Amino acid sequence: MMDKQTTSALLYLDGISVSFDGFKALNELSFIVEPGEMRAIIGPNGAGKTTMMDVISGKTRPDEGDVFFEEGKHDLSKLDETEIAMLGIGRKFQKPTVFEMHTVEDNLQLSLRNDRSVRATLFWQSSAEQEKRIDDVLDIVRLRPLRQRIAGSLSHGQKQWLEIAMLLAQDPKLLLVDEPVAGMTDVETMQTAELLREINKTKTVVVVEHDMAFVRELGVKVTCLHEGSVLAEGTIDDVSTNDRVVEVYLGR
Amino acid sequence: MPPPPPSKKATLSLRLSKREVPGSIAMGKFCDRVLAFVLAAGLLVAAAGLAHAGSYEDALEKFTTDEFADTADAVTEVATSGNPLAAPLIAALQDGRLQYSAKDKKVFIKTADDKLIDAATGKPFDGTAPDDLDTVRVNNRLRGVIDAANGALTLMAPDPNQRYESAQHVFKSRDAAVLPAVEKALEAEKTERVKKVLNEARAAILLGADDTSAPDRLAAIEVIRARGDQDSLALLQSLPADLPAEVRTAANAAIKAIERNLAIWNTVQNLWYGLSLGSVLLLAAIGLAITFGVMGVINMAHGEMVMLGAYTTYVVQDIIRTSYPGLFDYSLAFALPLAFLVAAIVGIIIERTVIRFLYGRPLETLLATWGISLVLMQAVRAVFGPTNKEVGNPSWMSGAFDLGGILITYNRMWIIVFTGIVFVALLAMLRFTRLGLEMRAVTQNRQMAAAVGIRTARIDALTFGLGSGIAGIAGVALSQIDNVSPNLGQGYIIDSFMVVVFGGVGNLWGTLVGALTLGIANKFLEPFAGAVLAKIAILVFIILFIQKRPRGMFALKGRAIEA
Amino acid sequence: MMSAHPLLRLLDRGSTLFLVLLGAFAIAIPVLNLLVPAGSALHVSTYFVALFGKYVCYGLLALSIDLIWGYVGILSLGHGAFFALGGYAMGMYLMRQIGDRGVYANPILPDFMVFLNWSELPIFWYGFNNFAYAMLMVLLVPGLLAFVFGWFAFRSRVTGVYLSIITQAMTYALLLGFFRNNFGFGGNNGLTDFKDILGFNVQADGTRNALLVISCLMLAICFLLCRAIVTSKFGKVLIGIRDAESRTRFLGYRVEAYKLFVFTVSACMAGVAGALYVPQVGIINPGEFAPANSIEAVIWVAVGGRGTLTGAVLGAFVVNYAKTFFTSGFLAPYWLFMLGGLFIGTTLFMPRGIIGTYNNWRANQAEKKAAAKDNVVPAASPHAAE
Repeated sequence: MMDKQTTSALLYLDGISVSFDGFKALNELSFIVEPGEMRAIIGPNGAGKTTMMDVISGKTRPDEGDVFFEEGKHDLSKLDETEIAMLGIGRKFQKPTVFEMHTVEDNLQLSLRNDRSVRATLFWQSSAEQEKRIDDVLDIVRLRPLRQRIAGSLSHGQKQWLEIAMLLAQDPKLLLVDEPVAGMTDVETMQTAELLREINKTKTVVVVEHDMAFVRELGVKVTCLHEGSVLAEGTIDDVSTNDRVVEVYLGR
Repeated sequence: MPPPPPSKKATLSLRLSKREVPGSIAMGKFCDRVLAFVLAAGLLVAAAGLAHAGSYEDALEKFTTDEFADTADAVTEVATSGNPLAAPLIAALQDGRLQYSAKDKKVFIKTADDKLIDAATGKPFDGTAPDDLDTVRVNNRLRGVIDAANGALTLMAPDPNQRYESAQHVFKSRDAAVLPAVEKALEAEKTERVKKVLNEARAAILLGADDTSAPDRLAAIEVIRARGDQDSLALLQSLPADLPAEVRTAANAAIKAIERNLAIWNTVQNLWYGLSLGSVLLLAAIGLAITFGVMGVINMAHGEMVMLGAYTTYVVQDIIRTSYPGLFDYSLAFALPLAFLVAAIVGIIIERTVIRFLYGRPLETLLATWGISLVLMQAVRAVFGPTNKEVGNPSWMSGAFDLGGILITYNRMWIIVFTGIVFVALLAMLRFTRLGLEMRAVTQNRQMAAAVGIRTARIDALTFGLGSGIAGIAGVALSQIDNVSPNLGQGYIIDSFMVVVFGGVGNLWGTLVGALTLGIANKFLEPFAGAVLAKIAILVFIILFIQKRPRGMFALKGRAIEA
Repeated sequence: MMSAHPLLRLLDRGSTLFLVLLGAFAIAIPVLNLLVPAGSALHVSTYFVALFGKYVCYGLLALSIDLIWGYVGILSLGHGAFFALGGYAMGMYLMRQIGDRGVYANPILPDFMVFLNWSELPIFWYGFNNFAYAMLMVLLVPGLLAFVFGWFAFRSRVTGVYLSIITQAMTYALLLGFFRNNFGFGGNNGLTDFKDILGFNVQADGTRNALLVISCLMLAICFLLCRAIVTSKFGKVLIGIRDAESRTRFLGYRVEAYKLFVFTVSACMAGVAGALYVPQVGIINPGEFAPANSIEAVIWVAVGGRGTLTGAVLGAFVVNYAKTFFTSGFLAPYWLFMLGGLFIGTTLFMPRGIIGTYNNWRANQAEKKAAAKDNVVPAASPHAAE
C-alpha cells in the first residue's frame, strides 16, 4: 500500500468496491497508471471495465476505496464529472457520443480547453489561434476535410475518431478510451491503434478493449479484470498465456 | 386561455367529504329539536305529579275545546301518559290528521286512506262519522310544544336506536329538569347500550347540579371518565371551580385520562383517514404504475381511464335502475368487469394508434396523451353532458359504524379492502401468469424477449390495456366517493404521478408505500395546516424529495435504468 | 458560423422576416385603429387590437418555452406559473393605482381586502404602487422562483418527464395557494377592475394601442435576446446538453449552471409576457396557474416548431387564432376535440412543427440540387456513402 502523498502514479486506485442492488460490480479493485504510460484493460463482459471508467471519471461514486489523480494530489471520489474533466481527464464512451446536431468544427470548438463558465461562453469569440488548433486536431484524426459536416452524418468510425479528437482538443493529461474500435473495419482498427500510439507520445492513455488483435497491436502493458478485480497484469503475451485468463476470458 | 372556474374539489381531501356521514341529515334535524325536547322533558316532570291512571283519556277531551291553550295542555299530558297511542296521536296532530267532534267529545286519527281511528282505543272507528268533525288546529306555539313532546316521547320510544339518540342528547344538554324522566327511563330500560348512555346522561346531570353530594359526584366522574369522549372532556372542563377538593382532584385526573385517550383515538382516526386517502391514491395510481412504471409510457390520459370506469358504473346503474331495480345492490359487480373492459379496450386502441409510434420519445408521448385526454373528456361531455352524474351506493356500502372512538363509513372501508384485493391480484398476475412473465421479460430486455419468440408488440398493447383496465376499475370505486363528471380524472392525474414517482418507478411495492405515506402524511398535516395547505406542503415535499432522490424511494440503482 | 460578426449572426433570413412582420403589425394596427375612421373598410376594431395584443403576449410566453424546450430539452409544464406570477405583479400595481375609486373607496386597501375585513396592507403588497418597483418584481418573482426551483432540480439531475411532472406539480401547488383568500391575492376572483396604468386609462383606445406596441417591442427584444443566446457558443453548449448531456459534462461544462441560467431567463421572459397580458385582458386570476394552461402553451411551440424561435411565436398566433375562431361560433363544442387532435397530430405527424418542417423541406431541396450537381461531377463525397 502506498501513501497517497508519496505515490508517483498519475492514476492510483486502491481497494475500490462498487455494488448495484447487491451485485458487486467492482470488488477491491486496485491498480496504478504511471505518467506517460498507455494501459490496455481487457476482461469478459461484466468484469467491471466500464464501471471502473465511471469511477475514475466521477459518474459513479465508489462505496469504498481511494482514487487519486496526479501523484495523490486530487481525490477523485470527492469530485463530480465536470471537476474531474477540468482536472484533465478526458473520456470517450463505449458508444460514440458526439454532438450530432453540430458540425465537426463546433464539436471541437466546444471541446477546446477554454473557460467553461456561462459568462465566458455567452460572450465568446473565436480566434485564429483556436481555428488553427482545430485544424491541427482534425489532422491528427484525419477528419480535416469534413470540418463543416454535421456530426450526425458521419460514419460510425468517423464518429469514434471525432470523439477522440474532442478528447485531444480538451488537452487532457489522461485519456480514458472505452472500446474505441467497436464496430470498426480492420483497416480502421489498425489506424486507430496507430492514432492512439501517436497520442500516447504526449499523453497518458487507458484503453478498454475486447479486440485482442487491437490490444496486441498497441503493444502495451495489459490488465485483465474479472468479477471486479484484477486477475492478471503484464505484457500481452504474459496475460494471454495466464491459465486463469484463458479459463475465464480468452478460452482455449 | 379563459380562466377555468375554480374547482370545487381542489383537493383530494376536500373530495372526501361526499357521503362521509350518511346519518348526518337525520342527526341535524334532531339537534334542532334538542331545545324543544328539554322543554318537553321539563313539562313531563311538571306533569308527573298530576299524572294518574286514565290521564290519557282525560287529556283527549281537551283536544275538543278548539282552544290552543287546552290543546297544548293535552299534548303535554298525552306525551307524559306513557300510553302507546301517544306517539301516533301526536304525529297525527303534527300532520293535520287529528280530528275531533265537539259534540261527542271524541277524538279521531285520520289515516292516509281517509279512514278514522278512535284515538281513545286505537281501534278503527266503524260507526258513522259525527257531522261536526273538524281538524284540530295548530299554531306556531303549539308546534313547539309538539316538537318538545316528540322529544320526550323518544326516551320511552319503542325503537332502541331512538332511545339511544335521545339519551345522548340528554347527556349533551344536561338539563337538571330531565333527571326524573331519565331515572324513570333508566328503570324501564332493558337494552344494555341504551342503559349505559342513560346512566351517563344521569351522571352528567348530577355532576352539573348544585345539590349533588360529593360521593355522588365522584361516582358520576367515574362514569363520565369511562365514557371518555370529547363531550365528556368538555363536561369535566366546564365544572365550576368551587368543588370539594377530592372531587376536583378526581375530575382533573379524569380530564387527564380522557385527554390521553382522545389523543390516541385522534391518531387512530388520522391513520384511518390517511389509510383511506392512501388507498384512493393507490387505486388511482396503480394502473399508472404499470404504464409509467413498467412500460415507461407517460400517459396523461390515465385519469380519463378512471373517468371512463366511473361512467361505466353510471351506465350500469342507470340500466339496472330502469329495468332491474332489484339488482341494484349488485350493480358494482356488473360494473367492475365492464369498466375494466371498456377502459382496457380504449387503452389498447390508444396504444395501437398513437403511443406505439412514440416509444422512446417520452415528452412527445406526454403531449399526445394529453391531447387524448382532452378528446376523451370532451367526448364524454358530448354524450353525457357536463354535469355531475348521480352514482348511488349499494346498501352494503352505505352507512357507518363506530369503532372505539372513530366513525367508520362502509364505503371507505370497502374501498380499502378493494384496493388491497386489486393490488394483490395485480402482483400475483405479474408474478405467476404467463402474461405477467412476458410483460416482465419485455420490460427488462425487449430485443431478447423478441428473440425468444415473445410478440413484443402484442405484449405492449396488453400491458397498456392492463394498466388502463385497472384505472377503469379504480373508476368504479371512485364513483362511490367522488362526483362523476367529465373532469373526474383531471383531479387524480397529478396526484397519481406524484405517488408513482415518489414510490419509485417500476416498483409496485414502492407505489403502495408511496400512496399510503402520502395519504397518511396529508391527513396528519391537515389538522395543523388545513386541507389546502397540507396538500401544498405535500406537493412541495415531493418536489424536494424527487430532487434528493430522483428515482423515488425504492428505485433500482445501477446501470440498467440509465440505458 | 461562429466567426460571423455577433450582430449579423442574430439576423438570419427567418429572423429578419419575423422582425419586419412584427414591426409592420406594430405600426399598421394602431394606425388602422386610431387614424382610419370607424366606417372605413380598413378600420381595425379596438377588440382586434386587444386580441392581437393578447396573442403577442402568448407569443412571448411560447418563445420563453421554446428557449428551454427547443434548445435544452427541458419540457416545463409549469411555465404558466411564471406567466401568472408576472401577471400578478402587474395586477398588484394596477390594483394600487385604483386608489379610492374602488367600491369601498379605501385609498390604500384593494376592494377584496376591505371585503375580507383586513385592516392593513400585507407587507408583500408594499411598494407595488411604484411602477418601477412593480416591474422589477415582474422579473424578480418568476426569476427567483425559477432560480430556486431550478437550483434544486438541476443540481440533483432531475431530467426528462420527471422534471416535467414536478414543474406541473409546482404550478398546481401555486394554483391551490392562490385560490385561497388568505394568500392575499384576491382568492379565486383574482385581481380585476383596473382603472389606469401610469395615469392612462387602461380601457382607452390609445392605451390599448400603446400596450400593443410595447408588447411587440418586448417580443422583438426578447426574440433578439433568445437569438443572441442560441447563436452564441453558450447556445451550442445548450444544444449539446439537449442531445448528449453526459458528453457535455465530461467535457467539463457545468451543465446545471447552464440549465439554471437559461431556465431563469426563460421564466423572466414568461413573467414579462404575463405582465403585458394583464392590462390588456383586464384580469388576472388563479386560473392562469392551471396545469392545463401551461401544457397548452407547450403545444403552441410544438405546432410552430420547437427549436425554431420564430416557430414558437407563429405557433402561438396560429393556435390562438384558431381558438378564438372556433370557440366563438357553433363549432365551440368541437374546439377541445380539435385541440386534442392538434396535440396528437403534431406529435405523430409533424414533430418538427410548421417552421421545422419547412426548414427540413428546404434543406432537402438544397441537398437535391447539390446531388444533381454531384452527378455531373462524378467525384461525389466518398464519406457520405460510408
